[in-house]
Amino acid sequence: MTQNGSMQPESLVGQTSSQNLGMVVSGSLTEGMEVRLDSSTSIEDIKVGTFVSIQGQRMRFFGVVTEVALKAMDQTMVTSPPDVSNPFIAKVISGTAAYGTITVEPMLTIGGGDNIAGIDGPQPAKTVPPHFSAVGTATDDDIRIVFGEEDENHFYIGNPLDMETRLCLNIEELVKRSNGVFGKSGTGKTFLTRLLLLGILQNGTASNLVFDMHGEYGWKGTSESDNREVKGLKQLFPSKVAVFSLDEESSRRRGLSPDYIVRIGYEEIEPEDVQMLRDTLNLSEVAADAAHALQRKFGRRKWLKSFLDLPTGSDVGELAQELNVNERALSTLHSRLARLDRYHFMDKDSGHDSVNQILNYIERGMHVVLEFGRYGSDLTAYILVANLLTRRIYDRYQRLTEQAMGDQTERPRPLVITVEEAHKFLSPAIADQTIFGTIAREMRKYNVTLLVVDQRPSGIDDEVMSQIGTKFTCLLDNERDIDAVLTGVSGSRKLRSVLARLESKQQALVFGHSVPMPVVISTRDYGSADSYREFGFRDEVELKAQVEQDIADLFGPDGG
Amino acid sequence: MTDNNNRLGEVIEASTTEFTSQSYDLYGAPPLGTLVRCGGGSGTGVVYGIVFEVATRSLDSTRRPIARGRDEDSEAAIYEENPQLNRLLTTEFRAQTVGHRDDETLRRWLAPLPPRIHSFVHPCHGDELREFAGSLEFVPILLSAPTAATDDVLASFLRRASESYPDPESFLIQAGRQLTPLLGDQLQRLNNILRRLSP
Repeated sequence: MTQNGSMQPESLVGQTSSQNLGMVVSGSLTEGMEVRLDSSTSIEDIKVGTFVSIQGQRMRFFGVVTEVALKAMDQTMVTSPPDVSNPFIAKVISGTAAYGTITVEPMLTIGGGDNIAGIDGPQPAKTVPPHFSAVGTATDDDIRIVFGEEDENHFYIGNPLDMETRLCLNIEELVKRSNGVFGKSGTGKTFLTRLLLLGILQNGTASNLVFDMHGEYGWKGTSESDNREVKGLKQLFPSKVAVFSLDEESSRRRGLSPDYIVRIGYEEIEPEDVQMLRDTLNLSEVAADAAHALQRKFGRRKWLKSFLDLPTGSDVGELAQELNVNERALSTLHSRLARLDRYHFMDKDSGHDSVNQILNYIERGMHVVLEFGRYGSDLTAYILVANLLTRRIYDRYQRLTEQAMGDQTERPRPLVITVEEAHKFLSPAIADQTIFGTIAREMRKYNVTLLVVDQRPSGIDDEVMSQIGTKFTCLLDNERDIDAVLTGVSGSRKLRSVLARLESKQQALVFGHSVPMPVVISTRDYGSADSYREFGFRDEVELKAQVEQDIADLFGPDGG
Repeated sequence: MTDNNNRLGEVIEASTTEFTSQSYDLYGAPPLGTLVRCGGGSGTGVVYGIVFEVATRSLDSTRRPIARGRDEDSEAAIYEENPQLNRLLTTEFRAQTVGHRDDETLRRWLAPLPPRIHSFVHPCHGDELREFAGSLEFVPILLSAPTAATDDVLASFLRRASESYPDPESFLIQAGRQLTPLLGDQLQRLNNILRRLSP
């Protein structure tokens, strides 16, 4: 006991030195460490997902709070509670006879053996801290040791729960594998994705290709919470981003001039694309498979045009007999594919080289956002275009990479393809047939990776999910979705409680390849003038001032 | 430690666990829960005790006092009219041994030997009391003592000790927290003590 016997609880927020929370009293590596809270620590200050450090004898452990519980020393306390109306008794009893515990999942260790002061960086925890080790809140330094400092490779993505420290993501590691952003609608997926895209853009190792369904990334986006506009990638980095559009009219209406108008020829559509559209066009398996027979009959590149040129009715019937497919199935296929004609970006007669255009930009180190305009709400169009372009880009990348392996030339620039509504491309039924499934599985071999954005992760094929490197998960409350996201993650049972209790806005649980341990972040501010400035954006007034300053510096204050 | 003015009385009966002292003055016993010290003279160790019982009775156990105040105006007048009473009555107090000094080191457990008869008994105040109350490791001795009302004795001791601290309330809270694990299975008792401690 100290001279005056007092201990004052302090705020847990924004600390530079660790604040003692309690001590380890039991636990195991698989179940997590049970930590008894000091009587001076208010249980209400501890949140699931908080980052804590445990000082062992030789090593320092880092972990996440996965459970918060109330315990009583004696069961009679539960049946006949003490007289807490007396504030003195309440003060004495709380934290002693009735106390709080937290469960901490040990994730990483630093130090121990020859690894003094973490020369080798944090290692996965393979043991647990001894009994009665002191547990404290993680400090800013801890965060820096574990996640790295903001630099060229480390992009500031957000702050750990209740802390001011900048939590950084290793972008180089991130783009090596496919990644996923998940979360219910309105939980901040788009903002988080925009941040990731900016991170990749600023880092410069890889190029982005964004299939921008709702026009949220290219020129500008909207913030759902207060309906204000936020700048898109093109506004922030006009020289690095090219906006492609499927819908010229819509772009013009919004007062933008896209860098390229994408058009797609009938001859570019392959039977595989029809497979992808089975769901949205409501086609039976037989009908979709008939496309392959049609291709055999009419030949590659020509099959769709020839098929659609047939008048409906008897001709289709004859063709069905000739191909030995069900007549009704074929006529359904005919009528459904005829819908493609409505799309203004489709061109019956000639081929286009949108793919080459995209690749040209990417090879120059630029980033391409493909806006769908009015077709954004048409899933058929989105799936068709995204699949078609991606397949051809992937073919090209495959060729280039193999070539590079053969003659030791430079490998193509890594490419990250962002797709929204990913479960439409990666559902278990079609994941093994579509190009997105292939990319997700074969990963980085050909330098193409995916950034999938989705609100129903349970709709994505398990095999694909298991290959996703880093998962950014905003609030999910559907059991199956949570299961899908956490499949194959160690300690998933405990992360589940963290995940289900995220705030509905601007919070995400990040785990996987590019972070050394799972962590809950409040995503970095995006949309304010200050936030743009942090990305290096200067508005016109500032730019002008900068130019004047440069002139003055160069030629002296008189301008010559 | 030879502060004659402070002397309360002398030990007249001693065992390992407790000692009885006779007060020099009638009704001159220290209040319940007072920490007292005895011994410390040549060759004898200092023993600490906490007063748990105070009694005043006739010196000669065969002669009981008789009522004398029918015609007196006040109780004090009885003693004025009968000055012999101060000689015939005696006040004694019993203290539970809770600690001792071993080569100047304070030990908060039983002394190897009880104090000698006629050891002088002094009350502990200020720094000495604060030093002793710095740890409550002696509390189990008191809680398990066969005497009655140990809870009151403990509560009185803690309240008195708290007054020697600059922030008595936080001392009491800390003390309460240290008591809680000791009485974890006797909640009612814990509650009783805490009620006595609450300001």
